[in-house]
Amino acid sequence: MSDAPKTDTPKTAAGRAGTKRELPEHFKAYRHVWVVIECEHGIVHPVSLELLGEGRKLADKRGVELAGVVLAGDPLTAAQVSAAAFEHGADLAYVITDPILAHYRNESYTRAMTDLVNSYKPEILLLGATNLGRDLAGSVATTLLTGLTADCTELAIDDEGSLAATRPTFGGSLLCTIMTLNYRPQMATVRPRVMSLPERQPGRWGRIVEHPLNLTEADIITKVLRFVADRESDKAQLAYADIVVAGGLGLRSAENFQLVRSLAEVLGAEYGGSRPLVQKGWIGADRQIGQTGKTIRPKLYIAAGISGAIQHRVGVEGADTIVAINTDPKAPIFEFAHLGVVADAIELLPALTRAFRAHLSVNRLAG
Amino acid sequence: MIEERFDAIVVGAGPSGNAAAYTMAKEGLRVLQLERGEYPGSKNVQGAILYADALEKIIPDFREDAPLERHVIEQRLWTMDNGSHVGMHYRSDDFNEERPNRYTIIRAQFDRWFSGKVREAGAVLLCETTVTELLRDTAGRVIGVRTDRGGGTAFADIVILGEGVNGLVGQRAGLRPELKPDTVALAVKEMHFLPRETIEARFNLKGNEGVVIEAMGTITDGMTGTGFIYTNQESISIGIGCIVSDFTESSCTPYGLLEAFKRHPSVQPLLEGSECKEYVAHLIPEGGYNAMPQLYGDGWIVVGDAGQFVNAVHREGSNLAMTTGRVAAETVVWLKRRREELSKANLAEYQRRLEETFVMKDMKKYRKIPSLLHHNRQFFNLYPKLLSGAAQTWFRVDGIDKRTKEKQIFQSFRAGRKLTGLIGDAFKLARSWR
Amino acid sequence: MHIVVCLKQVPDSAQIRVHPVTNTIMRQGVPTIINPYDLFALEEALRLRDRLGGEVTVLTMGPLMAEDSLRKALTFGADRAVLLTDRSFAGSDTLATSYALSMALTKIGQEFGGPPIVFTGKQTIDGDTAQVGPGIAKRLGLNQLTYVARICDLDPQAGTISVERRAEGGVQVLETRMPVLITMLEGTNEMRRGSLDDAYRAARSQIVKWSAADAGITELAKCGLKGSPTIVKKVFAPQARAEKVQHIASSDLSTDALAANVMAAIFQKQPALEGDLLRFAAGQ
Ligand SMILES: Cc1cc2nc3c(=O)[nH]c(=O)nc-3n(C[C@H](O)[C@H](O)[C@H](O)COP(=O)(O)OP(=O)(O)OC[C@H]3O[C@@H](n4cnc5c(N)ncnc54)[C@H](O)[C@@H]3O)c2cc1C
Ligand SMILES: Cc1cc2nc3c(=O)[nH]c(=O)nc-3n(C[C@H](O)[C@H](O)[C@H](O)COP(=O)(O)OP(=O)(O)OC[C@H]3O[C@@H](n4cnc5c(N)ncnc54)[C@H](O)[C@@H]3O)c2cc1C
Ligand SMILES: Nc1ncnc2c1ncn2[C@@H]1O[C@H](COP(=O)(O)O)[C@@H](O)[C@H]1O
Repeated sequence: MSDAPKTDTPKTAAGRAGTKRELPEHFKAYRHVWVVIECEHGIVHPVSLELLGEGRKLADKRGVELAGVVLAGDPLTAAQVSAAAFEHGADLAYVITDPILAHYRNESYTRAMTDLVNSYKPEILLLGATNLGRDLAGSVATTLLTGLTADCTELAIDDEGSLAATRPTFGGSLLCTIMTLNYRPQMATVRPRVMSLPERQPGRWGRIVEHPLNLTEADIITKVLRFVADRESDKAQLAYADIVVAGGLGLRSAENFQLVRSLAEVLGAEYGGSRPLVQKGWIGADRQIGQTGKTIRPKLYIAAGISGAIQHRVGVEGADTIVAINTDPKAPIFEFAHLGVVADAIELLPALTRAFRAHLSVNRLAG
Repeated sequence: MIEERFDAIVVGAGPSGNAAAYTMAKEGLRVLQLERGEYPGSKNVQGAILYADALEKIIPDFREDAPLERHVIEQRLWTMDNGSHVGMHYRSDDFNEERPNRYTIIRAQFDRWFSGKVREAGAVLLCETTVTELLRDTAGRVIGVRTDRGGGTAFADIVILGEGVNGLVGQRAGLRPELKPDTVALAVKEMHFLPRETIEARFNLKGNEGVVIEAMGTITDGMTGTGFIYTNQESISIGIGCIVSDFTESSCTPYGLLEAFKRHPSVQPLLEGSECKEYVAHLIPEGGYNAMPQLYGDGWIVVGDAGQFVNAVHREGSNLAMTTGRVAAETVVWLKRRREELSKANLAEYQRRLEETFVMKDMKKYRKIPSLLHHNRQFFNLYPKLLSGAAQTWFRVDGIDKRTKEKQIFQSFRAGRKLTGLIGDAFKLARSWR
Repeated sequence: MHIVVCLKQVPDSAQIRVHPVTNTIMRQGVPTIINPYDLFALEEALRLRDRLGGEVTVLTMGPLMAEDSLRKALTFGADRAVLLTDRSFAGSDTLATSYALSMALTKIGQEFGGPPIVFTGKQTIDGDTAQVGPGIAKRLGLNQLTYVARICDLDPQAGTISVERRAEGGVQVLETRMPVLITMLEGTNEMRRGSLDDAYRAARSQIVKWSAADAGITELAKCGLKGSPTIVKKVFAPQARAEKVQHIASSDLSTDALAANVMAAIFQKQPALEGDLLRFAAGQ
């Protein structure tokens, strides 16, 4: 990924982009598209499936195969994860099974990944921009000394067959398309919920390539002492909620934020907010929506008293329906909301809660 | 904690404080400067006019590296009514001189640059540090300041207060009265960003040439005040200000006035397609000479806006601030060299020196203007309308002979304001201008 | 214990403007700040120093102007600041940035003592990649601890450290050996206000300025544009959405009537949603 100054100096950047030469000979053997299938405690991260959907398109365009990379602690997990990869579009899976890989650790996973890449030579390597993916991608790219475009929102193959990865920069004010022309593999991480989930094809199957992990536990310095799953705490599950209700500074006080929570409760929704609310301590950091918080892609997003600054916008644009409640008809949120209501959220939220509650209970009884 | 001792403490890193701190540090004094903003100029993010002369006397070669936007080659004075303006434009290639006289600047950048010079000269600058009170000895002499950083204190032979118009330190210490609503203007400003080429095309400029527009008339809705537009390299500063007490009597909000000013048909095309960033409101002391407080005392001196040093008619402020800061500093250096005490009696030298500069001369010359304009609203409401009507009568070719037109114009003025009033106004204006 | 914190001076992204014609960033008048994420790293480092003794060095790679951010870090209480500045760094991507910083870190180790802990922020708000930290770790062979929410235990004698790391779906408690590179999670602490003494010291400190050569960087081909495998092909502004907002009229309506209209409009846009909600309500 390119650092800030480059976007500032398109001339020099273009100058260098113009230096496209023949791909060095030793990289010509690099073929196929890989997606790292992220799996924590037996659960495949949805972003990996989203990436398989996207990877499928890239592979088809290049006329190559799509492979899932499965790093697992035991054979059962390996089989389940591979199955998920095949059902979501992978032609084959590179699998390393070793108890060392039961928990994610940078050392062992970096070693496993670099080994696989050096052995089987993919041209494109995709990871989710999750904590795991970002932790791993940086180490892998640095070890392989190749280019990495982080946090992409769009992937494409250009006319010359190279990966064109597009990502927001400067807080979403601009987009830039970044390429890795003279190095392989071309690496990119993609934020969860940016690509849509491909249709599952039950029973679809593919080849499995097993590879050994040439490591012993004693080689690894870092130990996982414990893992406390979020399911056991009350962490927000914003990223995958179907309905999200959020509030902003327009709510004016921490007490009024309860209005958001009440509506969320009636709708079975997650609740969240804009960044200033986190800074003021009205809500926890894991409930911040936007560039530096969570990207969400719900069916319904209700934003109450949120102005719709660019940093907020980039986190919610993927929602199917955005409802904005704001007293200011000129608020920027109305530039990207689907339904706009110019009204006082402090009055409208309770009324909406009442309306939904009544509607749902009446129709439930009727049904 | 070691108790630090300095020759001088300067409160504030605006133009006045910077001028004072720079001048003293350059002369080898140990100077501590305290600024409450995150960095110098952080509270001053707007465009402004810099008058070269005052700065030249402090940093002669400032043009080499100061962040200057455009040098002003054209001044427009507009008298506006709701749909028109009557203007006077003065543009001259003479202003394309080697050492231009006026520049547009962006304060945030300029203040930061100036502050860099102050530090280079050897002063210690602490930002994000607010002075909360003055410390005095038993005799009442100011000996230092208390700050909000862990209650830290600092001591010096003199405290120079360059804390700006609403400086609370001096007010709390009883050095000067609280601001009165009829002696301060509230100005609101916005920065509108446009590509360089667009600005140059719209204002007929090339290179770093710039334009200043000053406007009065119905844009202030009858209140005492003016509007202005400055061209920067890639932005336009636009603002409007009125006396605070007028706002309290009127139903207008400052923001509403600015919005209306921006929508005025003479202004709107200049801003078309721009992206607005940064809206700020700021006070300007406009009481003039008559509102000036005591300027010095035992161990303290007031400089810049804190001392009401603003020439409202000519929109000069930062130059007075820099000049008062410099003169205060020179006075301190001079007294220190002579090993004289920085007592009230000795610091009277500050005011004496100021009397010899344009600062006091101008302040005195315009002493009556503030109250004149304040009590004669026709300058802002009636006359602009009459003027515009007259211009339209004069320029519209419609088969009416010129003599009749002259008569119509004359009568419109007479009807608008009784002849005696008209003559009286002209007379009053001339007298207070003298 | 010597701790180094990498921090970056960034334009305040809230104030960024894009040139409508050339689509380049207009930096004029845009204030710069310390990358907000890096403050969490700095505060954590200061806390460790206060507890265990030692020094905190802040390191940044950037233009001369970045001195402002370093000085500010000193005001917060850092002991030493190093600015790595050289024309040959211009246009660095994460790979080139991590190379330059890792060389400077090596040099810092030689000059001021090898740091058992190097901190970075989670990510920057301009580059926004979260890759420079891991890049540095790999190049220097440091054990890498990213997204650290809390330092649980640190034994300088034994050279061990354990931390809580925010992972997908939960929190990992990791134990490893120093030297480590830690990228600190946001919201984990609150930046202190330096004392008047800190402020004096910051104002008077000399900032160590190194060129590429000073930092022992001889392979300029690994720096700046030359050392960056990624290439920016195109920069463009996000497209405005074609579909316009549908406003639900609110005047002359009671709040409840308005709420009913809003609900109806939502169901009209998303017919399937009503069924989902009813199922949800039934399940409750
Ligand atoms: C580096 C960086 C990263 C950032 N990341 C994020 C991020 O991830 N997420 C994020 O959200 N922000 C982020 N921000 C902050 C962002 O720029 C905005 O400041 C923030 O989103 C504004 O929050 P807001 O809309 O709640 O508040 P405001 O901008 O203050 O807006 C409040 C809105 O409420 C309306 N309102 C007032 N009263 C009422 C009422 N009674 N009823 C209805 N409406 C009312 C007002 O008209 C206004 O539009 C980031 C900023 C920076 C610099
Ligand atoms: C809208 C507007 C337009 C203007 N346009 C022009 C123009 O075009 N040309 C021109 O010459 N003048 C102009 N002026 C006037 C000019 O800005 C002022 O006269 C000038 O800034 C005064 O300088 P100063 O140093 O006295 O005060 P300021 O610039 O106000 O600086 C005071 C400083 O002290 C700091 N401070 C205050 N209290 C404390 C404390 N307790 N502890 C620590 N620090 C403190 C403040 O943060 C501030 O940085 C304009 C003013 C306004 C409002
Ligand atoms: N130029 C730089 N100088 C110092 N530290 C940097 C620089 N660029 C990035 N970093 C550090 O690396 C972290 C991640 O940056 P990024 O990969 O750009 O998101 C930041 O939080 C900083 O701590």
